[in-house]
Amino acid sequence: MGKTLAEKILGSHAGHDVSAGEIAIAHVDLCLFQDGTGPLAIRQLEKLGVDKLANPDRVVFFLDHSAPSSRKELSNDHKFIRDFCRKTGAQLSEVGKGICHVVINEDYVVPGQILIGADSHTCTGGALGCFSTGMGSTDVAIGAAYGKSWFRVPESFKVYVTGTFPLGVFPKDLILHLIGTIGADGATYKSLEFCGPTIEEMDMSSRFTLSNMAVEAGAKAGLIASDETTKKYLESRGRGDKWIPLKADSDAEYERVIEIDVSTLAPTVSYPHTVDNTYTIDEAAGIKIDQVFLGTCTNSRTEDWEVVAKIVKGKKIAPGMRFIAIPGSVEVMKEVMDLGYYKTLVEFGAVMVPPGCGPCVGIHGGIPADGEISLTTMNRNFHGRMGNPNAEIYLGSPAVIAATAIEGVIADPRKYAKELKTIGKPQIVDTMALKAVAQSAQKTIERVASDTATVLGPRAKEASDTVEKVARKATEQYGPKVRKAAEDFEKTLTKLAADATRAIKDALSSKPPKNSTKKATKKNAAKKNTAKKKAVKKKAAKKVVKKKAVKKVARKAAKKTTKRTGRR
Amino acid sequence: MLKGKAWKFGDDISTDHIAPGRYFHLRSDLPELAKHVLEDADPEFASKMSAGDFVVGGNNFGLGSSREHAPTIIHLAGVSAVLAKSFARIFFRNSINVGLPVLICDTDQIDAGDELEIDLETGRIKDLTNGKELEFKPLPPTMIKILNDGGLVSHIKKHGDFKLD
Repeated sequence: MGKTLAEKILGSHAGHDVSAGEIAIAHVDLCLFQDGTGPLAIRQLEKLGVDKLANPDRVVFFLDHSAPSSRKELSNDHKFIRDFCRKTGAQLSEVGKGICHVVINEDYVVPGQILIGADSHTCTGGALGCFSTGMGSTDVAIGAAYGKSWFRVPESFKVYVTGTFPLGVFPKDLILHLIGTIGADGATYKSLEFCGPTIEEMDMSSRFTLSNMAVEAGAKAGLIASDETTKKYLESRGRGDKWIPLKADSDAEYERVIEIDVSTLAPTVSYPHTVDNTYTIDEAAGIKIDQVFLGTCTNSRTEDWEVVAKIVKGKKIAPGMRFIAIPGSVEVMKEVMDLGYYKTLVEFGAVMVPPGCGPCVGIHGGIPADGEISLTTMNRNFHGRMGNPNAEIYLGSPAVIAATAIEGVIADPRKYAKELKTIGKPQIVDTMALKAVAQSAQKTIERVASDTATVLGPRAKEASDTVEKVARKATEQYGPKVRKAAEDFEKTLTKLAADATRAIKDALSSKPPKNSTKKATKKNAAKKNTAKKKAVKKKAAKKVVKKKAVKKVARKAAKKTTKRTGRR
Repeated sequence: MLKGKAWKFGDDISTDHIAPGRYFHLRSDLPELAKHVLEDADPEFASKMSAGDFVVGGNNFGLGSSREHAPTIIHLAGVSAVLAKSFARIFFRNSINVGLPVLICDTDQIDAGDELEIDLETGRIKDLTNGKELEFKPLPPTMIKILNDGGLVSHIKKHGDFKLD
C-alpha cells in the first residue's frame, strides 16, 4: 500500500514505516515559538533543568504577536525571550521582522522535514511539503530540547482541486468554502492533502493561504507536494539547495476524498463567530463595515497586496471606513514598497502597521470598538478574537476587503473586472501619479519660464524648438515606461529651477563681484545657459505625458548646467 | 473519585473564549490570567465556580489557538475535568500535557448545575441530579501514561525521555 505525504514524512523521521493511526516518536527538524507561547515554553525547560537545545540553529523564537510591544508586561516577555536566545544560541526573529508563519517559510522551512510550532497556524509550512503542525508550549519545548516528539500518524483527506478560478475568486474563497462545507471540526486530527491540477498550477503564496487554514477545519496538517513551484520559491529565497521533490504515492490510502471545482466558486465570506459559518458574496453584500484589515499569516504576502492595490488604485476609501494594512514580513514590506503597492494603499487611506500579527490577536494595532464590525483577511473570527468580545468579525479574501473598503459595505469584487484583469501583470502604469507629477512640473516650468524670459528674451523660442525635437525623438525610442522617468524629470527640473532662480536673482540684483571679471563672465554664461534650458522645458512640459523623453533631455540639460556653471 | 457541579457551555468554545487575547499580557502571570478563565463564554464563571467543578462543553471544545495557557488556567482555577462531545486536537493534547483530564461523552445528558461524580479509573460518570449514568471514551494509552505521570514535563523528568510503549 502506498503512503500519504504525512506517512512518508513521519516514517522517514521515525526511522521505520508508519501508517495512519500509529503512534510514532519522530525526530523534529525545526521548532517555532512566538512571544505568546515562548515564555511558558522557556519556563517548562527551566523546570526540566534543560539549558541546552538539541539544535539551536533550528529553534526560532519570533517576536510578532505584540510587536513592537504594547505593554510593559509584554516588553518583559520579549526581554525574557531575548535573554534565553542569547544563552542557548536559539534564533531570534526580532520585533518588526514579521509574522512567524511568513518568515519561517521564507527562511527556514524545508520540504520533507518536520516542523513543530507553538502556534496553531504552524500548519502553513505544509505548503512547502514539510510536515508542519501546531502544538502547545510544553510539547514544542521538549521537541527543542530533545529533538523529537510523539505523533499519532494522522489519517488523510485528499482535497482534489480542479478548474480555473473565475475572475475575482481566490484561494482564500476556496479554503473558506472547504471549511464551510466540512465544518470547523470536519478534519479534526486529520491531515489535509491539497492536490489536483489547480494546486499544481498555484503559486506559493496561494498555497500558503490554503495550508494556513487547515487548522480551521481541525486538521493537524495541510500538506502540498513539493514540486517545481516549491523549487522556484526556495531558489527565490536563496535556498534552492534545500529542495527535494516529494509527493504522495498514487495508491496511498485516504479516509476521504473531497473534490472541488473552483470554477463553480464565488467570493465567500465567513460570518461571526466561526470560520465555517460561510456565505457567498451575494448573500453577504451590503453589510455595513467599520474596519477592514489586510494582513495575518493567511493573506499578508506581496500577491495579496497586489490584489488590493490594483483594485483600490486611484479610488477613495469609503467615508467612515478604517483600513489597517500590515505586511507579513519585512521582506514583503520592501517588495510592496518597490512595486508601489504600499504607496497606493497609503494614498487610498490605509493605516500602515509594521510587520507582525497586528489586531489579529487582539492586543494592539486596531482593536475594534463595542458594536463595530470588521471585515478581515484573518483566518479566524472567534468571539473576542480582535480584543473586543462586543465586536464582530467577518472573513474574506483580499479582493473582498478591497471592494468593501471602497464601498463601505461588504461588496462583490467581481465588479472590478478591469482592475482584476491587471493582477499578475508586472507593471502598473500609474496614470494618476503621472498626472500629478506632470502638473507639478508644469507649474515649476511656468515659474522658471517667466523668470527666464526677463533675462533671455526672444532667444527662448529657438532653444525651445530644439528641445522639443529631441523630446519627440526620445519618446519614440523609449515608449511607455513613464512613471519613474517622470519622477526623475521632476527632480531634475526642480533642481534646475532652483539653480536658475538663484542665477537670475544674482544677475538682476547685484553688481558683479568686484575683483573677478572672470568669475562674473562665467556666471553670466551659466545664467544664460540655464535659462535656455528652462525655456526649453517649458515647451517640453506640454508634452510631459511623454515623459521618458523629457527625462533624457532633462538629464542632458542638468549635466550641461553642472558642467558649465561648475560649483560656485 | 471526582465530585463537583457541572458548568455548561455550548459548541465551539475556542481558546479565545477561555483565555482571551486581550489578557495576553498576563500570560506570564497565570494565577492572574486564571481569574479571567472562560470569561468570553460566561463572564461570571471564574467568580462563581468552586474548586472541583466540571466544565461541560459541546462539540469541538478548545478550537483555535495553540495557547497552552487555556487548559492551564482551567486547571489552575480548580476545575477537575473538562467534558465535551469532542475536542479540538491541540487543546486535547495540551490538556493531557498539563495534567487536566479531558473526557469525551454525550454531554447532552447533563444539565447546567447538575452534581456529577466521575471515576477516571472505571470511565463512569454519574449524574447525581438526574440519576443518569454515562460512560466516557477511554483516553489513548499514550495519553494515559503522560496523564498518570502528572503531565509531560513530569513524564520526561521521571523517565529522562519519552516512555510511551
